[in-house]
Order: sequence, then C-alpha cells, then structure tokens
Amino acid sequence: MTSPQIEIQMIAAVVAVACAIPGVFLILRKMALISDAISHSILPGIVAGFFITQDLNSPLLILLAALTGVITVILVEAIQKTGLVKEDTAIGLVFPALFSIGVIMIAKNANDVHLDIDAVLLGELAFAPFDRLILSGLDMGPKSLWLMGTILILSLGLLFLFFKELKVSTFDAGLSSALGISPIVMHYGLMSVSSVTVVGAFDAVGAILVVALMIAPAATAYLLTSDLKRMLLLSIVFGVFSAIAGYWLAHFLDASISGSMTTVLGVVFLMVYLFAPRKGLLSVLYRQKQQRTEVSLITFLLHLNNHSEEEERHINHLNEHINWQKIRAKTILDLAQKNNMVLIKDEIVFLTEKGKDFTQRALEYIMTNKDDRIEHMKDDFFLFRG
Amino acid sequence: MKNKFAVQVDDLTVAYNYKPVLWDIDLAVPEGVLMAIVGPNGAGKSTLIKSVLGIIKPIAGSVAIYGKPYNKQRKLVAYVPQKGSVDWDFPTTAIDVVMMGTYGSLGWIKRPGLKEKKAALEALEKVGMLAFKNRQISQLSGGQQQRVFLARALVQNASIYFMDEPFQGVDATTEIAIINILKELRKAGKTLVVVHHDLQTVPEYFDWVTFLNVKKIATGPVKEIFNDDNLTKTYGINYKVAINK
Repeated sequence: MTSPQIEIQMIAAVVAVACAIPGVFLILRKMALISDAISHSILPGIVAGFFITQDLNSPLLILLAALTGVITVILVEAIQKTGLVKEDTAIGLVFPALFSIGVIMIAKNANDVHLDIDAVLLGELAFAPFDRLILSGLDMGPKSLWLMGTILILSLGLLFLFFKELKVSTFDAGLSSALGISPIVMHYGLMSVSSVTVVGAFDAVGAILVVALMIAPAATAYLLTSDLKRMLLLSIVFGVFSAIAGYWLAHFLDASISGSMTTVLGVVFLMVYLFAPRKGLLSVLYRQKQQRTEVSLITFLLHLNNHSEEEERHINHLNEHINWQKIRAKTILDLAQKNNMVLIKDEIVFLTEKGKDFTQRALEYIMTNKDDRIEHMKDDFFLFRG
Repeated sequence: MKNKFAVQVDDLTVAYNYKPVLWDIDLAVPEGVLMAIVGPNGAGKSTLIKSVLGIIKPIAGSVAIYGKPYNKQRKLVAYVPQKGSVDWDFPTTAIDVVMMGTYGSLGWIKRPGLKEKKAALEALEKVGMLAFKNRQISQLSGGQQQRVFLARALVQNASIYFMDEPFQGVDATTEIAIINILKELRKAGKTLVVVHHDLQTVPEYFDWVTFLNVKKIATGPVKEIFNDDNLTKTYGINYKVAINK
C-alpha cells in the first residue's frame, strides 16, 4: 500500500466512526431524515464560509456551515409547530430550499474556484491526501484527517461525558425533563454535533454518502443488539468495515470510492437484515413456521384431552377430524411422539402423563395469560416466546 | 384536613396554539393523600401533571411543591409518564430503565454506580420484577412494562409521586399489585397524584379526588365529593357513556 492509500483509508475510517456515533441517536430518536436535511441544507453555509475563508477545511467554515444545519432543524420545527404540515413534509420543504440557495450561490460566484456540485454531492476522497497540513515547513498529513480527527475526539468526549443524559432524554423526554436533564438542550446538542460532523465529512464523502454513513451502520446494529453501548460499538465496526472494504472495492473496480463505500454499507445491511439471529427475516420466518407447528400440536393435544372415546382418538379418524392434510397430521403426530406426549396402541392415540401435564399448563396459560406459569416452558416452545 | 400542602397550583392556564387546555386551575393537594385526577379525554389531566413538573410551560399561573418552585424541589418528586409515551423497542434492559430514576439525584455527567444499582434491584424486587431485570424491555408484557416504570419512580425515593394512567393496559393482577404499592406509599406518608380513567374503582383505590375538565370542577375527599353531581358536571351529557367504558 502506498501512503496516499493508507491516508485515504484512515480518513474514511475516521469519518465512518464520527458519523456512526450521532447516527445511533438519530435512529433511536426516529430522526434519520434530519441527517439528510442537514447534509443538504449546509450547502449555503459552506459556500458563504468558503467566500470568507477561501479554505474548505477552515474551522470557521465548519462552524458557519454547522450553524446552517442547526437553523435547518429550527426551521423544520417551526413549520411543524404550525400544525399545518407533518414533520416529513416540513423537512421536505426546508432542505431543498436551502440547498438550492447554495446551488445558485455556487453558480453565480464560484465558477472559478474549486467547489462544484458534483464534489458537493459525492465528495472525492481520492483528492483528500493532496490538501496537506504544513506546520512551519513540516508535512503533518492530510488536512481533512486532522479536521475529522478533531471532530471525532470532540464527539467521543461528549458521548462519554453525557452518555447517561443522551440515553434518558432519547428514551423518555418527559422523565428527563422532570429530572432536570433538559431534553431541549440534549436535542440541540445532538443536532450541533451532527451538523459539525456532516460539514466536516462532506468534503471527503459528499452530501449523500454522509447520510449513508450516519444511518446505515446504526440501522444495521439496531437489528443485532438490544444494548445501547453494544449498538454504538457495532455501528462503529460496521462503519469502519464498510469504509475500508468500500475503498478496496473502488480500487479493484476503478470506481468512485464514496459510491463503493455506500454500496458496501447497503450490502452489509441487507446481509444482517436477512441473517440476524433474532430480528432477521429468515429467523422470523423460521419462528413463524415453528409457531404454526406448535399451535397445531396444542390443538391436537387438546382434542385428545377433550375426548375419551376411542373412536375420536383413532389415527385415521384424527386425520379426517382435525381436517389436516396427511403430511401435516403426520408431522404433528411425530412431534408429539418424539416429545413423549402421546402413546399409540393399536392405532389409538393416548396422552401420556407428560402430555396431560403439558396440555393442562398450556390451557392454563391461554386462559389466564399469566407469564409466570410458562416461564420454564419457554425454552422448549417458541409459542410462548414474547 | 392537614394544612400543609404538598402541591399547590395557583391560577394555572396552559394553552396549545392559543387554545386553552387548562383554564385558571387552583388546586391544593394535602400531604399524604392518594389522589385521583379524573375527567374525560382532552380534559387536560396529563397536561396538569406535566405543567406541575415543568415539562410544559404554562402561559399563566404558578406551581409550588412544599411552598417552593418545582425546579428547587425536583428531588422530592417522582414521575411515572404514560406507558405509551416511550418507545419500548429502545435497546435497553429493565434494570437500566429503573436506574434512570437515579439520574436526577446524580446530576449531570456523574455515572450511576453500585449504590444506584442496589437501589434499582430493590425497587424491581418490590414490584415483583427482579426475575426480569436483564430482560430487554420490548420483551416485557404491558403489565410488566408498567411495573418497571413504577420501580423507576420508587427508586427516586421521593415524597410526592405523579403518575399518568398507571393502570392503563394492565391485567387485574398487575392492577392489584400496583394499587397495593401505592397504598403502601401513602401509609409511609407519601403524597400520590394519579391520573385515573376507571371511575368505578375511584372510591376503592383513592381517598382524594380532583374532577377536571379544562377547568377544575371539584377537589376534595372521595367520601364527600365523589357523587353524581360532580360526575355529571365533569363528563356532561356523556357521563353515562363514560361510566360504561
């Protein structure tokens, strides 16, 4: 690997981590779309900042542009508060308006400078190593690495200090407010950090990928864990993995780095969506199938329990009586036998003691719907798992 | 009647978009009562609690907790919001939710430690949820979720408890468990203010009641004021319908 290659991957990884952290809280607050709005509406802020500073990596530009991000949030909330439109409509109204102001500003004034719409939308990670930080003649590495590194340390520090506050204000704003942890302060704090991160990242990865980096890793992690800390950690892992894998994909395909990174993010999400152990599509389908089988089993056992007459419990009769197809009837009968719940003597089906006990408890659960009666049965049977 | 008021509300008016939802409320809650707030949907019951707790800013009036503004008395007050007001798919466990009750006394930045964890376990035990402490909250039944919320309020170790429909969507067993805990708290000298929907259980559960429908209709001991006259004033012509719900 050449040193620009390493530098590009480092920048991509740092951007990914910096985006994943606010992304987790945006997802949990159901505000994923806000990151899209911020990433577009900061454009006029960036252009204005660029006219003043003539440097895309200047801290002043970052602050000016981030301010536009926060203004976006305020505008969206103000429109929403009128009660005339819903939040998604308000977002859809605000960010294209601000973005288009930025587009006009570029077209009118910035034709001769390095700032064009393509770069804004998609970014160009490949050029990042060219813009270097030189301190008294010494090459300190790419400017954008320093910039994103600073933003990352800042947001990690805030996350560490205010983890508890972020958690409670995200989960239960009412309680948070009553406890004296102002949800409004936390909300605007998160919005400010998100805006600063988006502005810092957008030069490297563009306005569209930055949204993907914020939302996709967090959404993927959400499918895998029910612990907030682990969700943060997993999002960071997914973000960094996609950043680096995306870089190499672009390298071999000779394609856009940011495009490849987004593609990897999408593929990773798809894989987890399909194969996640608990919330994944396949496991949900499997569980549903299991549940159908178990409901059938209980129906069958209940029938045996309700009828002492032999003719009601003859194998052939059961076949017609419960009105199941042969295969299904056989599966259920086998399942009951395998679990020692029934005995078959001369083609007559009997409930065993275990079968009777199980039926009794299942019945009790269905009638009373009391969880404590089936706590110990949950491991055996999918049906009772929440 | 004692003359010390746990909660005192004066001339409170709250409006959403200039439409008043609470109008000129005067209310004094004596210390040590278990009080129900009843009234039809949209009567402003939740809003009343939220404005006492400073979650909603009133456009007029004032609130005092033991004679001082709420933000000076936060540590004396515990709050159980409506169960439906939070997202139960949030990635966290029962004990973690209960620990949130300690965040107020911890203050900013400081993390909960062993002491807070112990308090949370005790509270979970009190509501019969110790066995579920590490369960993800979306895996709890509605009644269990309500118990976790109650445990979170217990852990605040407050003098006054505000609860927004703690019996909503719970089965009979949980309802009895909850009301027993509330009665125990009252015995221990705590004051409880509970938004309540089931009019039939008011005389059995509560000793104090406030009728509310945008304006305050009446407040006082259940034995004296829980009567047809006040119910009709509060629920209007729909009073019978409300009873049948």
